[in-house]
Amino acid sequence: MSLVVRGRAWVLGDNITTDHIISGKYKYSKMGRLEDMLPYVFADVIPGFYEKVRPGDVIVAGEGFGYGSSREHAARLLRMIGIGAVVAKSFHRIFYRNAINSGLPVIVAKRIPDVTEQGDIVEVRVEEGIVTNVTRGVVERVAGLEEPLLSILRAGGLVEYVKRHGRLPW
Amino acid sequence: MPALTMTEKILAKRLGRAPSPGEHVVVPIDYVYMHDGTFPLALRVLQEMGMESQVDPGRLILFIDHAAPAPSVAAALVHQEMRRFARKYGVRLHDVGRGISHQVMVEEGYARPWRIILGADSHTVTLGAVGSFATGVGSTDAAVAAVSGKAWIRVPEQVRVRLSGAELPRGVMGKDVALKLVSVLGANGAIYKALEFQGDLETLSLAARLTVSNMVVEAGAKLGLFPVDGLAAKTLLEEYGVEAPRLYPDAGAEYSDELELELGSLEPLVAAPPRVDNVKAVTEVEGIEVDQVFIGSCTNGRYEDFVAAARILRRHRVREGVRCIAVPASRRVFQELSRDGIVDVLAGAGCVVTYGTCGPCLGAHFGLLGEGETAVSTSNRNFVGRMGHRDSKVYLASPLTAAASAVTGRITDPRSLI
Ligand code: SF4
Repeated sequence: MSLVVRGRAWVLGDNITTDHIISGKYKYSKMGRLEDMLPYVFADVIPGFYEKVRPGDVIVAGEGFGYGSSREHAARLLRMIGIGAVVAKSFHRIFYRNAINSGLPVIVAKRIPDVTEQGDIVEVRVEEGIVTNVTRGVVERVAGLEEPLLSILRAGGLVEYVKRHGRLPW
Repeated sequence: MPALTMTEKILAKRLGRAPSPGEHVVVPIDYVYMHDGTFPLALRVLQEMGMESQVDPGRLILFIDHAAPAPSVAAALVHQEMRRFARKYGVRLHDVGRGISHQVMVEEGYARPWRIILGADSHTVTLGAVGSFATGVGSTDAAVAAVSGKAWIRVPEQVRVRLSGAELPRGVMGKDVALKLVSVLGANGAIYKALEFQGDLETLSLAARLTVSNMVVEAGAKLGLFPVDGLAAKTLLEEYGVEAPRLYPDAGAEYSDELELELGSLEPLVAAPPRVDNVKAVTEVEGIEVDQVFIGSCTNGRYEDFVAAARILRRHRVREGVRCIAVPASRRVFQELSRDGIVDVLAGAGCVVTYGTCGPCLGAHFGLLGEGETAVSTSNRNFVGRMGHRDSKVYLASPLTAAASAVTGRITDPRSLI
């Protein structure tokens, strides 16, 4: 997997919780089967998201993305539904870890969220730490990720890493 | 080595050097635990990696606490799977009724100063009150840690939180300290940070410290560490038979930030829905009608919480039309309350009393809210639909405020009843 993502932006505000991503009621009624939950991703926040999202799309959000439960479904579902990266001003840490482990690049950027409008084309160069709003011509340098996180992302997640290498990255 | 904070000391002991904030390190862990909410995905990860049989039974601990006893066939199947797994690999399982994971981790002496503990649950931070480097992770992290005994950790920036004022005012509990802290920091105010509490801690009981550490995650924190002082060591020894080594920061340890909370001027607080940092004085919301009161959870399901509630419920009955549900956090707490006649006091006042489940806290079972209903709850989250119907409301408060509200049927300042 190349660590360059380019896609349309879905713009969200501050304090997007794991319950916004996938409402608790679906998590607890199904106790398992992630595939069954896909149609409900962002169901209460972005009507029609499941039908409209395309592979490689990027979520651009404000502060505190991923607050809430430690349940990993939120990060996994975003990856499974085709989201290429999440760019936000800050992330809650358990979501951040879960995203890396699920193979979903998560990038902290302070300026891009302020200049990005719904549907803009955004490019994320994960290894170099560069986020570009192509539509508006705004480039932001961000803190690059370190090992072992990059290796995990390159493999497409921790499970894929282990399958491919036959061992853990540490 | 330079002067170190508690966070740095615990990590340095494993790394053989002082870590710097922001750096990613791989550290050995002492324990990793999961519950019936997070185990299914962890098992799937283990199976996908082909590592199910490699879990380390010395490190992994399982709990059935989220929906216990099983309220649905789906939950029952998960529980069955957990029991089968535990038997097969010799993994410790704390089954239905034993209690909420975070509480049992302390009671069983798994959580101790200087240990590094991961839990597949965001409120694992609770264990910081006994000096454990303890934080929540997702199922994949937990699964991998159960196999490798290691985890990658981003070394957090450390914030010193000074609690000053020798004693909590009348009617104020550890919960009010926790709510104050979250309101000052805001829901994103401590993301990735380790909070280290210092100051006038002599009068803050271990139970109150556990409540405060429990809620640091509501500000995004990774850790909420209390020093292990004389009071903590004494309580751990007397209550749980744990010989706890002391843990303090070095004099002159440097913090990235500092915060001071004056406890002497605190008053009873609530977090109004739908955000935990939406904190108000009880007096500001007094009079709002209440349908249900829940006293329990990993935040406030300890002995002293029910003793506090009983101070009010000994002399007043739960108001007609209000459901008051009391759920001690573990069988042990239940037994202590029963031994001391507190269960009788609660039941006599009209409460439903049971033991050892998360139950209503996450809207899993044992008292969900209907449309438009309002609850006062001693738990830690009040998000939309957390305890039931989408249009229900949850006010978070201390056991004293909860009991007072159960008695009047309205959100009530406990100082009027004690
Ligand atoms: S009591 Fe509530 S917050 Fe605590 S572990 Fe259980 S569900 Fe989570």
